[in-house]
Amino acid sequence: MRVRRHRGEETVRRAEPAGAGAPSADGSPGRSRLAARLDRTRQAVAPPFGRIRGERVDEATLDELEETLLLADVGPRATGRILDALRDRVGRGALGAAPGSLVEAVRAEIEGVFSREDRALRISEEPPSVWLFVGVNGVGKTTTIGKVAAQQVARGRNVVIAAGDTFRAAAGDQLASWAERCGATFVRGADGADPSSVIFDAVGHAVARGADLVLADSAGRLHTKANLMAELRKVRRVADRPPGKLCEVLLVIDATTGQNGLVQAREFANAVAVTGIVLTKLDGTAKGGIVLAIREELGVPIKLVGIGEDADDLVAFDPADFASALVGE
Amino acid sequence: MFETLTDRFDDIFTRLRGRGRISEADLDQALREIRLALLDGDVHLDVVRELVNKIRARAAGADLAKSLTPAQQVLKIVGEELTAILGGEPLRISYASMPPTVVLLAGLQGSGKTSTAAKLACWFRAQGRHPLLVAADLQRPAAVEQLRVLGRQVGAAVFSAPTDPVDVARRGVAEAIRVGRDVAIIDTAGRVSVDAALMEEVRSVARATSPRYTFLVLDAMTGQDAVATAVAFHEALNLDGAILTKLDGDARGGAALSFAKVVGRPIAFVSTGERVDDFETFRPERIAGRILGMGDVLSLIERAEQTEDGDGAGRVKDRMRSGRFSLEDFYDQLQRMKRLGPLSGIVGMLPGLPKEMRNAPVDESNVTRIEAIIESMTPAERDDPAIINGSRRSRIAAGSGTKPAEVNDLLNRFREMQKLMRSSGMMAGARPGGRRDKRKGGRVTPARSR
Repeated sequence: MRVRRHRGEETVRRAEPAGAGAPSADGSPGRSRLAARLDRTRQAVAPPFGRIRGERVDEATLDELEETLLLADVGPRATGRILDALRDRVGRGALGAAPGSLVEAVRAEIEGVFSREDRALRISEEPPSVWLFVGVNGVGKTTTIGKVAAQQVARGRNVVIAAGDTFRAAAGDQLASWAERCGATFVRGADGADPSSVIFDAVGHAVARGADLVLADSAGRLHTKANLMAELRKVRRVADRPPGKLCEVLLVIDATTGQNGLVQAREFANAVAVTGIVLTKLDGTAKGGIVLAIREELGVPIKLVGIGEDADDLVAFDPADFASALVGE
Repeated sequence: MFETLTDRFDDIFTRLRGRGRISEADLDQALREIRLALLDGDVHLDVVRELVNKIRARAAGADLAKSLTPAQQVLKIVGEELTAILGGEPLRISYASMPPTVVLLAGLQGSGKTSTAAKLACWFRAQGRHPLLVAADLQRPAAVEQLRVLGRQVGAAVFSAPTDPVDVARRGVAEAIRVGRDVAIIDTAGRVSVDAALMEEVRSVARATSPRYTFLVLDAMTGQDAVATAVAFHEALNLDGAILTKLDGDARGGAALSFAKVVGRPIAFVSTGERVDDFETFRPERIAGRILGMGDVLSLIERAEQTEDGDGAGRVKDRMRSGRFSLEDFYDQLQRMKRLGPLSGIVGMLPGLPKEMRNAPVDESNVTRIEAIIESMTPAERDDPAIINGSRRSRIAAGSGTKPAEVNDLLNRFREMQKLMRSSGMMAGARPGGRRDKRKGGRVTPARSR
């Protein structure tokens, strides 16, 4: 396992491009992998998806756009807002008449909700940084941590993984397997142990080893369970205790999730001050449109996108790519 | 937080009291609200379209008259249409004449297949069967180990092998025969439908094992993608039904409606919690109201029916409908609910409860406090909480070991619950006494029982 101290000059928390491990935020391997996955979906998916046939600036095309957005889980309200904005522009004659200008306008409208700065993952100059992963059951927290660990180790960081899911059967084993594969240190507790204590131990371990980054897993939990959300608040408090620097609280959201994704984001944000979203399983047929509402209404940035089950299947969120995929281009 | 559909309907139709007919404009507006509610509820756009058209056709042609207000009429139609789609032919598990009965589980990553496999094993055991769990997910690290741990918990043996999924599945069924298990439940790896190789793999698993039942495990929070996924898996495997998971969340569950409509197969089971026995057969009427965002008033009544003797059940139902549901009745319901199982699942069904109360611990201690408060009231106070003034409140608080503010809280929430029960379109009945009834003729006839 390569061990290299991460050195930096600044003393404040510094942001870095996400999709860490890919050569750069715009590095080709990351993008071409995403493109390949999206191609696979495009080829496999026949109508009724990709329904936009109209090129003219007319109501029929607007209807098609509405359909497309709704089918992508953008949701009726956010879709309504986008289309109203568009109708307004059309009404004022602010839109060109060129073919496809409506589609392009929607695409731009969507892209404009996000910011390219959003995707930066924060890391502290005074290690160890702590990144806590939260979310409901089955969204891909553990797999995401495995990928992040692999990518961070590949860029020379000293990584500790904290097996903070002490509830699910064999969750520790699953994460241990990832840790072993990429050479990250792995800290676990007994089954059913207090997750906060596991994370606390992991941070202590990180300090002792001079590690740069602690990736803390947590058990999946439905936000409707008050006792589990209370437990999570405690986990966050402990993760935020010196000497660890809690730099990211990443909410993992499954791209197949419908409108409940907004509820999840709201509840988790209220409970543990989420700093960013990881949108997983975008390699399937789902478009993940709910993150539009999440960004717009809650202001939570989308940082990472999961596009498969391998270590390389994690890339930085790109607003332009996302917007294009949503309108079916 | 979303307003309930009934709240919005009340707004639209407040103007209509006294009229016997619903105008096209008003119907259009009501249908827009229904469309919005269904889309908010994650029902697929095509299904929503078809439903709205059908409801429009029925509502426009209906003789809106005597016993129902226009709002109630439309809601009744909506409820019936949803139940018709979700109902259909319920799936009754039957067993292979030559054991084992093979059950194959498939679905996307994270949908809950492994947990469901264990819950199914638990369910089959309760039916007197002897299931074998076959761990054919060789993709996810420690998936086999996870199933082994769960298998120990439910008392079912687990078979696996470090070869390939098709081989494991085939040998798993052979093993079931060898050790005399009459049910074999095959857990498979999660897969996206656009992965041609993996879809072919699960087809091969099915070919190798000839399952009697193939279920799509479907997460209740799935959005529009439910249809693309369901169609793809159905084409590959000829599904017998779906198992809807994570219903203990607050996702509205429109994916269930989309699945039933587009695939034309039933929801066989639902998973309602993290414990192995949080698993039951699907009851359509329960989810119809949930999808609309109306809570589950019907279920509440139904459960009351189930656990009470005939007379009592009818009484409670009538009292709910007519708005005379008192604290005494509420207390009785709490007692009955306690006999039915952990409260968290049941409270999710109470409509109109403020979110804090619905999600907040309806753990046993909270219910105990509520019970204590009601127990400290006099019969007169339970019957008409309006008489509870400051001094009564203090006495009740002292007697129950709670604070006056808590007593107040309970009374407020209870009032809200009553209000919703009265105005709910699912329960046509007498208008509350306080409102002036402008309907022509003045008399209100009770609804025909469902």
